[in-house]
Amino acid sequence: MARPANSPSRDPLQPQRLSNGGLVDRSRTIEFTFDGRTYKGHPGDTVASALLANGIVLAGRSFKYHRPRGIISAGSEEPNALLELRTGARREPNTKATVAELFDGLEATSQNRWPSLDFDVMSVNSLLSPIFVAGFYYKTFMWPAKFWEKLYEPAIRRAAGLGRAADVADPDLYEKVTAHTDVLVIGGGPAGLMAALAAARSGKRVVIVDEQAALGGRAIDDAATIDGRPARDWVRAAEEELAARPDVTILRRTAVFGTYDGGTYAAIERVADHLPQPKDHHPRQRLWRIVAKRAVLASGATERPIVFGDNDRPGVMLAGAVRSYINRYGVVPGDNVVVFTNNDYGATTVTDLIRSGANVVALVDSRPKPSETVSRIASATGIKLLNGAVVTRAFGKKRVSGVTVRTQTGAEVKLLCDLVAVSGGWNPNIQLTTHLGGKPAWNDRLQCFLPGALPPSMSLGGSVAGDFSLHKALSGGAAAGASAVALEGAKPITIVVPQAADESDAITPLWRVEDHAGKAFVDFQNDVSDKDIELAEREGFRAVEHLKRYTTLGMATDQGRTANVNALAIMAEITSRTIPQTGITIARPPYVPVALGALAGHHRGKSFKPTRLPPSYKWAKEQGGVCVETGLWLRPSYFPRKGEKDWLDTAKREVNTVRSAVGICDVSTLGKVDVQGTDAGIFLDRIYMNNLKSLPIGKARYGGMLREDGVLFDDGTIARFGDHHYFITTTTANAVRALQHMEYCSQWLWPELDVQIISATEQWAQYAVAGPKSRELLQKIVDPAFDISDAGFPYLQVGEITVCGGIKARLFRLSFSGERAYEIGVPARYGDALMRKLWEAGREFGACAYGTEALGVMRIEKGHISGPELNGNTTPHDVGLGGMVSKTKDFIGRVLGARPGMLDPNRPSLVGFRPVDRSARLRSGAHFIAQGVEATAENDDGYMTSVAYSPSNGHWIGLGFLKHGPSRIGEIVRAYDPVRGGDTLVEVVKPVFVDQEGVRVRG
Amino acid sequence: MRIACPYCGERSLDEYLYSGDATVRRPDFASPTAQADFVKYVYERKNSPGQHRELWYHAAGCHAWLVVTRDVSTHIITAVEPAKDVALGTASSMKDTA
Amino acid sequence: MASEHYSIFSVLREALRGHKGWQPQWRDAAPQKDYDVVIVGGGGHGLATAFYLAKVYGIKRIAVVEKGWIGGGNVGRNTTIVRSNYLLPGNIPFYEMSLKMWEQLEQELNYNAMVSQRGVLNLYHSDAQRDAFARRGNSMRLHGVDAELLDQQAVRKMVPFLNYENGRFPIHGGLLQRRGGTVRHDAVAWGYARAADQLGVDIIQNCEVRGFRIEDDKVVGVETTRGFIGAKKVGLAVAGSSSRVAAMAGLRLPIESHVLQAFVTEAIKPFIDCVVTFGAGHFYISQSDKGGLVFGGDLDGYNSYAQRGNLPVVEDVCEGGMALMPRIGRVRLLRHWGGIMDMSMDGSPIIDRTPVPGLYLNAGWCYGGFKATPASGLCFAHLLASDTTHKTAAAYRLDRFATGHAIDEKGMGPQPNLH
Repeated sequence: MARPANSPSRDPLQPQRLSNGGLVDRSRTIEFTFDGRTYKGHPGDTVASALLANGIVLAGRSFKYHRPRGIISAGSEEPNALLELRTGARREPNTKATVAELFDGLEATSQNRWPSLDFDVMSVNSLLSPIFVAGFYYKTFMWPAKFWEKLYEPAIRRAAGLGRAADVADPDLYEKVTAHTDVLVIGGGPAGLMAALAAARSGKRVVIVDEQAALGGRAIDDAATIDGRPARDWVRAAEEELAARPDVTILRRTAVFGTYDGGTYAAIERVADHLPQPKDHHPRQRLWRIVAKRAVLASGATERPIVFGDNDRPGVMLAGAVRSYINRYGVVPGDNVVVFTNNDYGATTVTDLIRSGANVVALVDSRPKPSETVSRIASATGIKLLNGAVVTRAFGKKRVSGVTVRTQTGAEVKLLCDLVAVSGGWNPNIQLTTHLGGKPAWNDRLQCFLPGALPPSMSLGGSVAGDFSLHKALSGGAAAGASAVALEGAKPITIVVPQAADESDAITPLWRVEDHAGKAFVDFQNDVSDKDIELAEREGFRAVEHLKRYTTLGMATDQGRTANVNALAIMAEITSRTIPQTGITIARPPYVPVALGALAGHHRGKSFKPTRLPPSYKWAKEQGGVCVETGLWLRPSYFPRKGEKDWLDTAKREVNTVRSAVGICDVSTLGKVDVQGTDAGIFLDRIYMNNLKSLPIGKARYGGMLREDGVLFDDGTIARFGDHHYFITTTTANAVRALQHMEYCSQWLWPELDVQIISATEQWAQYAVAGPKSRELLQKIVDPAFDISDAGFPYLQVGEITVCGGIKARLFRLSFSGERAYEIGVPARYGDALMRKLWEAGREFGACAYGTEALGVMRIEKGHISGPELNGNTTPHDVGLGGMVSKTKDFIGRVLGARPGMLDPNRPSLVGFRPVDRSARLRSGAHFIAQGVEATAENDDGYMTSVAYSPSNGHWIGLGFLKHGPSRIGEIVRAYDPVRGGDTLVEVVKPVFVDQEGVRVRG
Repeated sequence: MRIACPYCGERSLDEYLYSGDATVRRPDFASPTAQADFVKYVYERKNSPGQHRELWYHAAGCHAWLVVTRDVSTHIITAVEPAKDVALGTASSMKDTA
Repeated sequence: MASEHYSIFSVLREALRGHKGWQPQWRDAAPQKDYDVVIVGGGGHGLATAFYLAKVYGIKRIAVVEKGWIGGGNVGRNTTIVRSNYLLPGNIPFYEMSLKMWEQLEQELNYNAMVSQRGVLNLYHSDAQRDAFARRGNSMRLHGVDAELLDQQAVRKMVPFLNYENGRFPIHGGLLQRRGGTVRHDAVAWGYARAADQLGVDIIQNCEVRGFRIEDDKVVGVETTRGFIGAKKVGLAVAGSSSRVAAMAGLRLPIESHVLQAFVTEAIKPFIDCVVTFGAGHFYISQSDKGGLVFGGDLDGYNSYAQRGNLPVVEDVCEGGMALMPRIGRVRLLRHWGGIMDMSMDGSPIIDRTPVPGLYLNAGWCYGGFKATPASGLCFAHLLASDTTHKTAAAYRLDRFATGHAIDEKGMGPQPNLH
């Protein structure tokens, strides 16, 4: 069809670009590619507006039938025009052409088609559409069962998905900001701007957020007039005023996507998506957590299509989108246009079209009588008006070429056109009001859902509240802003509402055209047609959620923003119920899809979690220590020396050195808690299972902590420094939980006790100095005033001392290794220095540094329990500490620890193991099976918890839990390890492998 | 969700740990029914929709244990008191009702 | 009631007549005066229980009463994973029976629930974690369940798209259960509903139980919004609402209700073929047959009946995702939602009688309820029909807390939000 004769002269390179109007910068032309072809656009364009300017309407293929699809909207509700944007590591699937801003060199590719958008082999699916109805897959692909994974599912998965994720890590940065504000205004259209002005002028801190690059909302899209001037001038003035106020933050390109508890809103700012790539050190996107005392929701409304035959043909577009392209982008998306509407707003599209030089073929208005607005437009423009008429079908394939209209008399006429502008009315963007469970309420006059109960401290302004006219939006926004101020306890400044038209919001519902031919789509992206809704109803899926789940309606990337209400209305129609009787649709966050990278922010790669470094870390690295992750800590696990072939070689040497001379190990990672107060002793007695009352000053004792259910929770040492002063250690793994537990006990269970608790884990650097020569080494460090001889400082002695000439320190005669050993603690700032001093002093004794590997070997050799034995399911009896459990006092875990199941003699208990073939290797995680019985669950007698190669014994040793273990010493059992192919005969032994008498610790 | 710590002020949910029902109190270990009492205390919960009194811990803050009055159906918090004061019976809300 | 058999032939036949001949998949039944068994809760477990009661135990007069629409609770809100890779002897046989039942389910129900045994891989990041997985894998093998311990190389081959280069917690390997996988969750509810309906079960939607009628200390029926319904036996299968409903019979359960969030992204071309669980963060992921990445993490951590969570957990879970798979940074989160988990005090379920004669309990599923659906239905049906515990669910006693026989997979103790 020819372009209308009256069309103004246009840029031949952008045939649909208007010579003026819109916010695009015509002074600059930029190039981009779509499916490899180069096109031109202007700054201020979206990819969609630029494609339309170039006369391109076909932008994608649908999910299931691969039908050609065009651009239908001008916003984030777009179901069809999804593109892969950029390439390589920045490839972004499913990007809405209607949201993506144009930049120089932008590369976009269509998705879900092969070999090309124009010719898509998969469109054969369309021929199979009689079979591929909603839910057909639940009824077939079942035989034979094993074919699902082998045949059917792979075929389905090959067809699944739309765009492709990048193949490599996302190179861009994302950051997070928390903002606190008095008033958050969501939406920068006329209502939002008025609310922001009202709040800001009243002295409130304001954050105003808008999804688009430019503020103004539909006032710009509709080229409205405010106070007798173009709306854009008023918007600019409002924006300038807000920007000039220090307490106002304007966030453009920012979408609030979630309402959370406590006045917290999440928003995503597209910081650099409109640039070829982020500036150096700038993020691509920024996640805002906005904590607002009050929020004004001015999120506008989304137009909905009308469901008619082949309503998905490219060139069938929402009327409001047509107006956006004309007025915001200076693009007229077609030359010969049929406007199809059931409401007055849709009809006003005619005016914009004519102003932009398009030929309006007809205004098809489903309402039997022309409204006042329609009559006025018809007489002013002289266009053909078809009242009481409906479009029954669009034709054309990759671009609409005409429509069939059924007139009021029932006659069918064909109208030729290349654009159909459709308006089925507007759905307020109420999503953010439903995230906390608010149920929307149907409004019969406006034929839409309005927000029901609002989240605490939210108010509404503009079309989201059903105030569709510009006049109502401006005054409603001002009122919402003022009420936010008033509810915050301030007196709102009276604000003058500018003059604007109070357009008609008259609508007569029309959801779908009856007796249409062709396929009539409700959810475009997921290819859900009205027939699918009928089928769902027929099969009993009448509840809204059943309907959605059965047909996949509303599940696509647009979250059904153009589909859900239409579907609900059609279901209501079919079941002869009203819409509210049929149900409501509740939105889940996010309101717009949000990049996972933005939600993660900086917490990826090495920065996923914080890294804790022990005080001697730097020194350990200098020494060539190999560090491993131990929870959040990085701890040296061994210190290899030249000639050692692996970690085991090194660990052997370290163990031998400790057992024969002396070794030094950083044990600062142990939880350390300082406990003081007149009731500190009583308190500790209640949280440990063993008796601590008798612990003298200057002594330490081993202690076990239970949970209230009687399970062993943690172990460590309790040292007493004074009448009312104790210092305890916990395991590294439980440091945080143990402190929390102690605070729970002191604050909640026994607040009457005089006890103060503080973590000292970071405050004290603590080193184990272990081995026969440990005392000699320490004597080089400890100031001479302190007697640390075996007599003066025997096993389990503790004391406050000084080292290196007056540095305060704490010395503990404790041993995890079973050797004569000490732990020496200094304030953490001396940690590095002390380690260097110890190292220097140790040289003459042949000292070594040892890591967690050797530490583990030696504790297993001594049968000390650790993490693998403290697995949250073991009792003191299980680990052989039953004798320690006090029978005379109350303590956490006492009562429930005495339940029959906790004392059951059949519970596996701790014993040691050594391989019958001494050269065999043991592995923890193996299960024990008695000899001569089958390896089955019934015969599972327990499991190996810890193993080590024991240099002292010259073979592997293990600890583990075995049913009736202590009475089976000497028995040979299988250590069965099928997941590693292991099945080793082991002898049950006592869980002590060196110095069974325990004399060495005493020196 | 945001909790107003009586010591630190209002802070985001991620600073706190929830730790269960604040309406159950640790029984007497010496009672003849101690074991049954402890089973109830440790395991059995009313867990009804609506308002709860529950224990929270300001883990990433001042380490105070708090008794939070919160509606578990709406997540709306109506009171936050130091657990210590509640346990001792000196919390302001308790004085009010006393 | 619907009796048509689903097959490619029935689909083709209907295609020829515009799909006009399909019947409702289940009747929207009105309540009768009384039943032999009334199941409260039209979720996966309740519907499965009704099906097995009718099919295996020959009970004739069965009703399932549902407050809203069937399948609207956790069966329609989960991340669709099925597996039996448990550690403790109380759990493994039960979940393995369930997995075996999943393998036969579609033929049994004549409904394609898309049971896809694509493998469940749990990653480990330290020697200690490896050994803990070895213990678990060996335990599974002793129970006749498939389990493989993979080293880093094997994991890399299977899932090359993880972060092996600069992870904070390096991936050392994984525990793989090949028979684990995913199932189309909604289809499970619908398939059971349809099959139960065909056996005469009344599925009564929009029927909320408001109380129990107890005569001579025995339950004789339920008071509902649609009137009294008599019942010889009443079974509760109401997941997150267990405490609330049990309270109507005067019971206090070892359960707290917690919110667990789940997440799905926009559909992208499939590249994740199995289920992957991060061992160093709160994150697990699979990709659906539509292309969406389906993932989740930890509980929000606080008691809730609100079916929605909060932002810190959303961020935490996505951090886990980016730490594990930094290539998904530009993939967009489409939707996140919450379900109410009936978190028991030891993280394991309860299938047992209650102290009230005639009232039976199926609860405490935590976030493991979906994968348990078939076995839970069968064992609960067994209990309701025979008044004896099914041997596979023998450990799931209500009194195990009193006797000291908690089944605590995670070893976190009586702290429901940590399981």
